[in-house]
Amino acid sequence: MKVITQEEISSLVARLCIQANTSLPADIREALDKAREEEPWPLARATLGLLQDNLTLAGEKCLPICQDTGMACVFVELGQQVALEGDLEEAIHEGVRRGYDQGYLRKSVVGDPLNRVNTGDNTPAFITTHLVPGDTLTITVAPKGAGSENMSRLAMLKPADGVEGVKAFILDTVLKAGSNPCPPIVLGIGIGGSFDKVAYLAKKALLRPIDQPNPDPYYADLEQELLEKINATGIGPQGFGGRTTCLGLAIEQMPTHVACLPVAVNMSCHVTRRATGSL
Amino acid sequence: MEYRLTTPLTKEALAPLRAGDTVLLSGIVYTARDAAHKRMTEQLDRGEELPFPIQGAAVYYVGPTPERPGCCIGAAGPTTAGRMDSYTPRLLDLGLAAMIGKGARSQAVKDSVVKNGAVYLGALGGAGALMAASVEELEIIAWPDLGCEAVRKLRVKDMPLTVLLDPAGGDLYQSGPAAYLESLEKK
Ligand code: SF4
Repeated sequence: MKVITQEEISSLVARLCIQANTSLPADIREALDKAREEEPWPLARATLGLLQDNLTLAGEKCLPICQDTGMACVFVELGQQVALEGDLEEAIHEGVRRGYDQGYLRKSVVGDPLNRVNTGDNTPAFITTHLVPGDTLTITVAPKGAGSENMSRLAMLKPADGVEGVKAFILDTVLKAGSNPCPPIVLGIGIGGSFDKVAYLAKKALLRPIDQPNPDPYYADLEQELLEKINATGIGPQGFGGRTTCLGLAIEQMPTHVACLPVAVNMSCHVTRRATGSL
Repeated sequence: MEYRLTTPLTKEALAPLRAGDTVLLSGIVYTARDAAHKRMTEQLDRGEELPFPIQGAAVYYVGPTPERPGCCIGAAGPTTAGRMDSYTPRLLDLGLAAMIGKGARSQAVKDSVVKNGAVYLGALGGAGALMAASVEELEIIAWPDLGCEAVRKLRVKDMPLTVLLDPAGGDLYQSGPAAYLESLEKK
């Protein structure tokens, strides 16, 4: 049995909060570089260039890439042979508290959805835990901003709507969102499961690097087709017009009921952040 | 076209601006977002003064990250402006000249922009470090209890902005994508 302490977890989470908010994952950076090279519309090309400049500036000045440093969404893969000393969730909340304080990150969480008083330290973290084989604890911090989160949608389609219905819903979601989620966007898409599982699938899809296609060729083709369709809408970077509306998207699917076809779109932006570490 | 403007802004200075133009804005910009707009509206209902002179003012919808020691501001990109739509026409009628944010506005806001000869300017969404670079001074002038949503007075120099809604009714979110799509058809 490997013993992992509450303190080790808190310091890892604190470090990941700061890392995620100040430097983008390689797949998102590369997608942005490639999009700029391939963008035919001058204003869009210039706008993508400014987004690249922003990344450089954030690195140089140790500033967050975006001021909405988000809700701290934390994904935990807990090896079944790990013995935890202390409380896992409390350790994560403490890590978020420290990371958002030490990293000068914005505290964007209210303690109650209707009475809306800021908790002052960006806690609670939004934690999803899975048990996995082995003796490793892997933690991913994926801060999520509201501008794009608010444009996310879920629908319980009819099986008869089929793949065409799913495509239409996703495209409609992108068109309705327009310029709000700071395009170029990144999409996490869930198909199947139940009302709650499909939302989780969409969120999980955002954790997959966008240069990694779905392992099932049917869904990989669907990802490609949707990406092309979204990049033909003309919305463009920031909604000012152009080709680059979407940097990439990932679909996660799972079994569902004979009478169900749930679909969920978790909208994300060019500041799609995630940082992973293990103990 | 590129324009250099300094606050306070007059209708005459804003009149020639068209959707898609670039503005380099200098002078004073006040920050306000959801909670501050709610409180300003409550002040107006009670017949009280707003925290800053609204005539000719520029308001930036932003909640910056905390500043590091030695820096005057943290990351400071725009928030989604549509959430302020229900409060906006009243402020425009009182003389608010420019709003800075990102994302589409309601028809009521568009109409009010035209009626009042105002503008809605776009800051780069998600470019928090870049937008912060044009801020020279920051002072919290109202409601520090709101944290990142408190009203701040910013002194800015050449803040790079794009005209989204202009006094003639232009809307870059319509005309920009349309122009791009049209260019494809011509090919
Ligand atoms: S949508 Fe993304 S890039 Fe835009 S403000 Fe929110 S977190 Fe930042």
